[in-house]
This record gives sequence, C-alpha cells and structure tokens, in this order.
Amino acid sequence: MPDATRLGAMTSTVTTPSSESAHGPHPADRTGAQVAADAAAVIGTADLSEAGLRRFLQGLPGVDRVGADGRAAQLGTRSIKTSAKAWALDLTISMIDLTTLEGADTAGKVRSLVAKARTPEPGDATCPRPAAVCVYGDMVTVARDAIGTSGINVAAVATAFPSGRAGREVRLADTRDAVAAGADEIDMVIDRGAFLSGHYRKVYDDIVAVREVCHEADRPAHLKVILETGELATYDNVRRASWLAMLAGADFIKTSTGKVSPAATLPVTVIMLEAVRDFLATTGVQIGVKPAGGIRTAKDAIKYLVAVNEVAGEAWLDPDYFRFGASSLLNDVLLQRQKLATGAYSGPDYVTID
Amino acid sequence: MRATAPARIDVRKTYKLFIGGAFPRSESGRTYEVTSAKGAFLANAAQGSRKDARDSVRAARAAQPGWAGATAYNRGQVLYRVAELLEGRRAQFVSDVAAGEGLTERRAQDVVSAAIDRWVWYAGWSDKVAQVAGNANPVAGPYFNISAPEPTGVVAVIAPQESSLLGLVSVLAPAIVTGNTVVVVASEDRPLPAISLAEVLATSDVPGGVVNIITGRTGEIAPHLAKHMDVNAIDVAGALGASGITWGELEAEAAGTVKRVLRPAGDDEGSWADAQSLNAILAYTETKTVWHPKGM
Repeated sequence: MPDATRLGAMTSTVTTPSSESAHGPHPADRTGAQVAADAAAVIGTADLSEAGLRRFLQGLPGVDRVGADGRAAQLGTRSIKTSAKAWALDLTISMIDLTTLEGADTAGKVRSLVAKARTPEPGDATCPRPAAVCVYGDMVTVARDAIGTSGINVAAVATAFPSGRAGREVRLADTRDAVAAGADEIDMVIDRGAFLSGHYRKVYDDIVAVREVCHEADRPAHLKVILETGELATYDNVRRASWLAMLAGADFIKTSTGKVSPAATLPVTVIMLEAVRDFLATTGVQIGVKPAGGIRTAKDAIKYLVAVNEVAGEAWLDPDYFRFGASSLLNDVLLQRQKLATGAYSGPDYVTID
Repeated sequence: MRATAPARIDVRKTYKLFIGGAFPRSESGRTYEVTSAKGAFLANAAQGSRKDARDSVRAARAAQPGWAGATAYNRGQVLYRVAELLEGRRAQFVSDVAAGEGLTERRAQDVVSAAIDRWVWYAGWSDKVAQVAGNANPVAGPYFNISAPEPTGVVAVIAPQESSLLGLVSVLAPAIVTGNTVVVVASEDRPLPAISLAEVLATSDVPGGVVNIITGRTGEIAPHLAKHMDVNAIDVAGALGASGITWGELEAEAAGTVKRVLRPAGDDEGSWADAQSLNAILAYTETKTVWHPKGM
C-alpha cells in the first residue's frame, strides 16, 4: 500500500471494520524490529529518514475541518437510552484511567484515588472498575501498593510531562524510574516543538527510545503517546502526529495532557479514530485511542463511544483499545448509574468528593 | 385617496421557564395554553419536563453556596430591591392576577399590594432570624455554646394552584430569605404571574439559579422533585387541587431521602391573607450548634 490515494479513499468512507479482523496480537507484543518493519510497510520504503517520514506524513490527505466538525457534531446527537445507556455507562467506567496529575498530589490522595478505583460504588458489587489509575512517576510505588491484586493497572506519565521540554536522557530516565517502580502503562508526551518545526525523525526516535525502555521490564509496559492536540494547531497535524506515533510503535495514541486548553475534543478524537482504523487495515495492528481532559459528564462520554463505534468499529469498544483520561467523569457516570437503578435523580452528596 | 397607515403587528409574548437566571424553552419543546378564569386564551406557556426540573436543581445547587454565603444584610437588601421592582411593575401583575384568578381590578390591586408587603416582611427577617431563632445555650463547662439557624440547601416549592401571586410569594420568600435556593413548580393553570415574577427576579440582583421557575403539569413534575436525591426540602402546598397527585404521595416519595416536608395548613388552599410566619422561614433551616472554649 499505502499511498495517499488509498488512505484518502478509506478516510472518506464510513466503514465499520468487521470484528473478526480485530484483536490480533497486542501491539505491545511486537519487537522493535517488527515495529520498524510495519513502519516500512506503511511508508512503502525502508527509508525512515527525516525526508522519508516527511514525504509520507506531508502526503497524507488533508482533513476537511468543517466536515470533521460536522461529522463529530452529528455523532453527538445520537440518543442512547435505557438498557443501551446502562451498558454504555458500565463500559465507560471500565475504560476510565482515573487520573490525578497535580503538583499538590500526596501519597494519601493517590491512595484514596485507588480506593475509589477498587470500589467505585460501595453499594453495588456489579459496578465495574476503572481500567487504570494514572499518576505521576513518583507516585507509582504508592499506587502499586494500594492496588494490590485488584487487577487495576498503574499508568504513569513520564518523559518530562506535561511539556516534554527536557533532554532525551532525562526523559528516558524519567520513564525508566516509572517502569522500575512497577508502572503497567507509560503515558509519554511528544516533543511538540520538534513536530511543529518538521523534525519528524526526532519525534520518531524519541518514541522508539521510550518504547525500548518500556520493554526493559519483564512484562512490557504499554506505551501511550500523548500528541497534545491543543498545541498542534491544525487537524492535518493531528492526523500526521497520529500516524507518526503509530509508525514509531505507540500502543495507544492519546489526545492531550489535560494541562492545555483545548484538551480532548470530539472532532480530534474522530480524526485519531480514523487513523487507527486505517492503520489496522494497512498493517493488521490495532492501536488504541485515549481522549483525555475535559470529558466530565456521562453524556460526553457516550458521545465518544458512539464515535468509536461509528468511526473505528466495535473492536475498539474495549478497555484494551479505548480509554478515557478523566478524574471527575467517574462521579458523573456513577450518578447516572444510580439514576437508572433507582429512577430518582441523584446528587453530589452520594458520591465521594475527590 | 389617502393612504391608510398599516396596522401595527402585535408583539406577542412567549412565556418561558426560568432556570439558572436564563429564560429557556422547555427541554421537551412542549407548550400548553393558558386561559383566563373565564376561559379566554391568554398565552402559551412552556410545559416543563422532568429534565427541566433536573436542570433547575443543578442550577439551584450551584447557586446555593454563594447565596448562603452572602451576608444576611446583603440578602435583605437584594430581596427589598425585588419588592421595589414589583411595585414598579404593579400594573402588569394586576392585569395578570385579574385575568388568571378572575378578580375585579380592585381586588387584584389588593392582592398585589398584599404580595409586595409580604415580600418586604420576609425580606426584613433576613438579618433577624438568627437573633430570634438562635441562642447562646447555658452549658456545664467552660464553653460558649451557640445555636444558629442555617439554610438547609435546595428547596423544591410546589406553588399553590389557586393563589398565583400572593400564594406564590408566601411560599417562595420564606424559603430564600435564609440562603436556600429554590425550584418552583408554578401554578398549573395560572402560571403567568410566576413568570412575570421571574422577570423581576432576573433584573434585581438576585443571583441566577437562586430561584428557578418551571411551568407545566404539577402532577408530572412534582414527583421527580420529591424523589430527587439532591433536593433537601419540599413544600407540597401546590399538591392541593393539582390533578394526578396528592401531597401525601409527595411526602411518601420525599421520605426516601428524608427530606424536610412542609405540609399544607389545611384541606383546602385558603386565602393566604394572613399566611406569613417565622415558622415558614424556620421550616427550611438546620440548627448548627458550636462549642467554643472560653478564654482562660
């Protein structure tokens, strides 16, 4: 493949891949050589130089901004009620990366966050648990101890989060610390400055290096690559950054750090979902998507799930391939669950304050 | 030949809800016809839904800390300003009340005067409630022990069905004076004075969300407010004479979340002529008692 024309055909049609093509080997199980081979197959040449990457990324079809916004708005109008809503709410909870990324984080705050993840709804044992808790690297040990054997993952932000403005060795050391402390997932940031000035190879090398560090552990830590779409300026850049991150071996592409406004938006997520869909069609490797920041209500979350189903397909309706980075979203989903269970509108007195 | 001046087109008014300081249409998009006591068409009013009630509770909850945190003196001033504006729009209220309740012009004037006086009476209590209902308790120990009334939070008010202005003021003013915020379900058949009152509130320094007014079917909306887990108290006065609901049913629903419930005074609505009392204010307060060590 993959010349730009074929990609254009794929991105312009609404295809829902059938589920049998999905859930191949997990992207994190690939070796570095396999990742490079996949990248070469996508680009059509083994030349992964700056020029080669630029030729491919600049050759990607542009995004019709008005069309993307319109499509996202249209997907947001679906009405999801009763049993479908109940299913969506439970799925949403199981996809949440419960997050605390504040300078004021303490061990106690992280422990209470983990306690909430372990028992989101104390009165209802059928309530699913969030997929992971997401903390700064120095809190991984605390989170790991508190999580015990509950099966919740620990995700750590690394590589000089949120700006990424540090030398590669510092960023790798940051990652190595978190992996050594037992992080199951690493959320790295790309160097937006390098990306915006066209140094794609630099961004590519950063991701490859961080991925290698992730794979130094006995069980490889999954790598989420934060594009920080709020700083990328155009939808074309979001598409390019998505492809660049996937070529370099990301297991997940994530919209934002949550520290920059705008954070996750539905149109941006739709563009990223198109990218992972096309990447699966090209390479047979299914990459995940994680919108993060600004998703606060169950209603918003359900709009994202509709977009996932319509754009990428059912295979992505799975916590291994779609996550929400959020802190207050869980409470709102719990309130909606209570409403469905009791028929009475619930209120903030009935969830924990965090 | 003389050209005749074109007839002026009526500027018809759309009556809407009052939620969070704004005047939205009902989320459900429904409206219903409001007629005068004699059956003549008056206006179309928004027919609110349970989701409008939910949105109102959310707005009221958001506004509550700010309103309760304002000084009692300031709340009194703001409420007095409402009375000033009511007086300024007296003619509109007189015509609304006369048409809706089928009163003569003169009787309607009396009703509006009584409503404004009642509003002033309650506004005056703002910075006096704590002195009257609070206390410095004698205790056996070296402590100051002080009890003071505090607002309970969000109050749902099912407004009286018959008395659309005086009755409304009599149940609304005592709830907000101590710092509660309210969600009002206006009289089903006579909602227009309530919306006119909302226009007064919107232009009188009362923060958005302190008073939210929903028009529509009382029997449809009230049970959802009675059940709502984020509502702290409910006045069920308007269940008397409402179709499809009784105040006992609302009280039973409210028991699920141990809300404070203010029952109607009698089996029928009465005239509201002398329905003003400190008890109406204290019905929506919680007593906070503080122990403070005496200096050594």
